[in-house]
Amino acid sequence: MNVHATDPSALLGNLAEALATGAIEVVDLTHTLDQDFPVIVLPPEFGQCARFRMEEVSAYDHRGPAWKWHNFTCSEHTGTHFDAPSHWISGRDVPNGSVDEIAAERFIGPVCVIDCSDGAAADEDFELTPEIIEAWEAEHGRIPAESWVLMRTDWSKRRGAAYLNMREDGAHSPGPTPAAIRLLVEKRGIRGFGTETVGTDAGQGSHYTPPYPAHFYLHGAGRYGLQCLNNLDRLPPTGAMLIATPLKIKNGTGSPLRVVALVPGRN
Amino acid sequence: MTDAILPPPKKDPQKRTRTQTLPSGLRSRAALGLTAAAAEGRFMLQVCGECGALQYPPRDACSTCLSTDLPWRDIDPAGELIAETTVRTSTNTYFRERTPWRVGTVRLDAGPSVMCHVHGDAPRGGRVRIINRLDKSGQGVLYALPPEGTPNMEDDPQLREITADPKFRRVLITDARSESTPALAEAFAKAGASIIFIGEPEGWRPYPHRTALEAIPNVQIVPLDVTDTASVAELAGEIGGKTDILVNNARFVRPGGIMDRGDTVFARDEMEVNYLGLMRLAQSFGPAMRGRGADGDNSAAAWVNILSVYAYSNMPAFGAFSASNAAAYSLSQCLRAEMRPGGVRVMNVYTGPTDDAWHQPLPPPKVAPAALARAIVSGLKDGLEDVFVGDVAKDLIERWRAGAKVLEREMSETDGGGA
Repeated sequence: MNVHATDPSALLGNLAEALATGAIEVVDLTHTLDQDFPVIVLPPEFGQCARFRMEEVSAYDHRGPAWKWHNFTCSEHTGTHFDAPSHWISGRDVPNGSVDEIAAERFIGPVCVIDCSDGAAADEDFELTPEIIEAWEAEHGRIPAESWVLMRTDWSKRRGAAYLNMREDGAHSPGPTPAAIRLLVEKRGIRGFGTETVGTDAGQGSHYTPPYPAHFYLHGAGRYGLQCLNNLDRLPPTGAMLIATPLKIKNGTGSPLRVVALVPGRN
Repeated sequence: MTDAILPPPKKDPQKRTRTQTLPSGLRSRAALGLTAAAAEGRFMLQVCGECGALQYPPRDACSTCLSTDLPWRDIDPAGELIAETTVRTSTNTYFRERTPWRVGTVRLDAGPSVMCHVHGDAPRGGRVRIINRLDKSGQGVLYALPPEGTPNMEDDPQLREITADPKFRRVLITDARSESTPALAEAFAKAGASIIFIGEPEGWRPYPHRTALEAIPNVQIVPLDVTDTASVAELAGEIGGKTDILVNNARFVRPGGIMDRGDTVFARDEMEVNYLGLMRLAQSFGPAMRGRGADGDNSAAAWVNILSVYAYSNMPAFGAFSASNAAAYSLSQCLRAEMRPGGVRVMNVYTGPTDDAWHQPLPPPKVAPAALARAIVSGLKDGLEDVFVGDVAKDLIERWRAGAKVLEREMSETDGGGA
């Protein structure tokens, strides 16, 4: 492969060839939309995140002899999903803040992966701090502007009640501190931030100032969120390309989606 | 005394499941008054509004004065068994399969002599009390019982035909997360249920009383979410053929009517759980239960819906919840009609405000979980179709029967006119 090719057609041709040969692999970062996959749980007097549900309309039978299909229902924020700026009160006046308004080129971009899996294994309330980000940069270089930053915790390997990890004082799962997310948004100019947990914020994120700092700062600055990601352990720290294209829902605040990454092949 | 029934043996997989046959369901329109009374387990007969004569059998005009004003009244059930015999064979398939069958004549202290089925312990020529119950065809029939309880009297084979006694039966309670579930499970364990399946939605988030449920004898917690068609179908595939009593205690309750909510989000959840949940359960569990109405001592026996009494008349403070229960009430009538050929009873238990988190700011009286559980188990033991539990529900149904429109106007006051 000619890594110095600049002709766009040649670039795409090279990419197609690399995908075909496995020189570039596609990693699926998505959980299956499943009725039993946990969703965020809010105090019950608030409206709740709709669970994924599916009703069979026909299955090659009297309801439709040659075809099978389903109606499904869910929230914009069910399963592996994308958060648009208009999801949060801080982002309600951001231009192009809903999923249908976001320019398509914003859905594909470079990705940095910060491995916090050891910390999250030791401490379920593990915090991503500016110090951790700076230490990562010392090893892998400065986080480029307009890149996605994903916080790897291996939380996606948890099942059942261990995923939300709800106790009487709320959920316990890792996430970024307010200072960490400000560093990423204000100093590094990232495009978006993603996690393996049910939200971009920590389980105890409501107790920071401001509450839910990732939602507050990301969306207030017109940046995006990805959550309930899977397989982050298959991404390199740098050098992968993230493809995250939400459904084009009019005034949508987010969307379940298939997130994939292009990574250098293992061969 | 009655011979106690023994724990039923495991089913012989080579034997065909016996089909439910039914006693005659033919009645005059007037006689359906007896059926309506039997649905609540009340012994009622017509009393002439003009001359006061007590009527038996039910009729369209007074046997004494020909008045057509014949309201139904609760009647003293005491009497004397003046004649009895045991039927050894019959041309009717239902009775032919169930002989010997005891029948007789009871002279009521209130006057008339009535034909009735007779419990094995009712003494020949002795004092008895009459109960009015629904038979397998869903029609009111009279039974003569001994005046006091006798050992194992509930195991009398004739009596067990008209009851849905939980003893040795396998029960499914549909919502482990409900605050009513521990009391329900305990009541069924005490009543001798052999297995108490408890459906657990969303095992991925904890709830306070799970450990308490696990500690109750014969409880098995199984995944079930009535809003998820696949989950309902899967559990029915596994245990539908051994679900003898299904108690649907899944409810979605939120306060509010129309304009103070301003959206349809909670209303949709109310319909998903309270109405479509019943529909999903009935579509998945109904056919197997209907096919097992005559399947021995642990046959399918009853389907229990827990409904808000505000299904009858809307309580605006819980207006949308009331509406979802009105839908479920209507669907329960459809289910009753569809279950009837299988001899499976559909019992609706109507309650006013229950003593739980969503009714916390409401003043008493409220129905405690233990009271609800007692009403359900005793209703099953009596084979009822309609149970009104607690003072609020009992008061409301009386007012509804006296005048539904008057009640509607009363309910539009914020306190439900005292309800």
